[in-house]
Amino acid sequence: MLRSLATAAAALALLATPFAAEAHRPWLRPSSTVLSGDESWVTVDAAASTDPFVLDHQPLRLPGFAAWAPDGHEVPLENALTGRYRTTFDVHLTQQGSYRIGLVQNGIAGSYMLNGEQKRLPRGLTKDNYSDQIPSGVTDVALSEVLNRNETYVTLGQPTPLKPTGQGLELVPVTHPNDLVAGEPATFAFLIDGKPAPSLSITIIPDGRRYRDDTAERRFVTDATGRVTIDWPAPGLYWLNATATDARVSLPAAKERRLGYTTTLEVLAP
Amino acid sequence: MKISHNIVIGGLAAPASALFAFPAMPAGLDLSITIPQIKVAEYHRPYVAVWLEQPDQPTARTLSVWYQTVKKGNEEGTKWLHDVRSWWRKSGRSMRFPADGISGATRAPGPQKLSFTAGKGPLGTLAPGNYELVVEAAREDGGRELVRLPFAWPATPGQTMVRASGKSELGAIALSVKP
Repeated sequence: MLRSLATAAAALALLATPFAAEAHRPWLRPSSTVLSGDESWVTVDAAASTDPFVLDHQPLRLPGFAAWAPDGHEVPLENALTGRYRTTFDVHLTQQGSYRIGLVQNGIAGSYMLNGEQKRLPRGLTKDNYSDQIPSGVTDVALSEVLNRNETYVTLGQPTPLKPTGQGLELVPVTHPNDLVAGEPATFAFLIDGKPAPSLSITIIPDGRRYRDDTAERRFVTDATGRVTIDWPAPGLYWLNATATDARVSLPAAKERRLGYTTTLEVLAP
Repeated sequence: MKISHNIVIGGLAAPASALFAFPAMPAGLDLSITIPQIKVAEYHRPYVAVWLEQPDQPTARTLSVWYQTVKKGNEEGTKWLHDVRSWWRKSGRSMRFPADGISGATRAPGPQKLSFTAGKGPLGTLAPGNYELVVEAAREDGGRELVRLPFAWPATPGQTMVRASGKSELGAIALSVKP
């Protein structure tokens, strides 16, 4: 449906918002993550704001979002719309197991000098079209590959494995992300291109920022095997983010690759 | 009814019956769960799950589930099974519904009786050991409550009755463990 309308360029509309480094955090808010029945629905809000889950800045724009069923097939997003502060869409869950819902941004960002002035490349560029945006006669062209993943997980019935794609920065369940309960620590493994990501900094922010004085942000670091164990002091939604930079570029002209991973986790009451 | 008889007589009678009543009263569990009367404008009977678990065992054995088995509007009653959240995580999410011999319709306020025979049906064969029978109730527009009744299997004389009570969504619960 919506996905079929997406063009590669449009899918990258957000690319020039490298959320890792900026104050505005992108987030997804699923209406439920643990569901029962032969079929069910979730509705997902998608936006960017300083405080996760607070609707006061910008929507994350369609298209580019997608949902994958437990069998790995892509399923349509339904009833999608973009409002002033958020995009919303529904996913009809018809298979038992775990769904992955989110957005992958994969493209080129960068800048150059023209007449003594630094210019940024426009948003949404890909390896195939970025060079069209660089005028002749410029100097100091600095290009980065960007691969950002922002996804959440919902499960109808019994949780099923979430397989990594092997591309970029990803979370792999040790504890399933739809099996989280306050007071029980959960362990996740992080991979970069399918290999363990040690010493990776993980940021966690709980929902409800408006109703407390501080961000309640906590930081964790993955161990030598890329694993991190996180405790959940209270039930609710948690925003999790990790970023990394490396030199594993596929475009020779790019000097670095910037990787991002963001997820929303729901922790239930014991 | 032999179930209520056992519960009324309690621990006094059970050792005696254990000696004499083997053919007539097979080993098993008799359970009485009181669904409290709750005075609210729109009362919905609670979803209730009953299961067995053992210390340090992540899985559980579901004995009984009461849910809205008739479709109302365009929504199946199974949509809300996950609200019985401890049971859903321990056992329910790996089951299919309706579950033959296990699931049934919600029940009215008052004492509700269940009887499980060792070696048969949902109780099946229990290895000797310490168990907890857990009762969890969740009610639409109401609360959720969980009550645990520890017991040893097979029953030992003098320990055949276990009683507990909820405070909000569950009333008195009595478990008779029949050797």
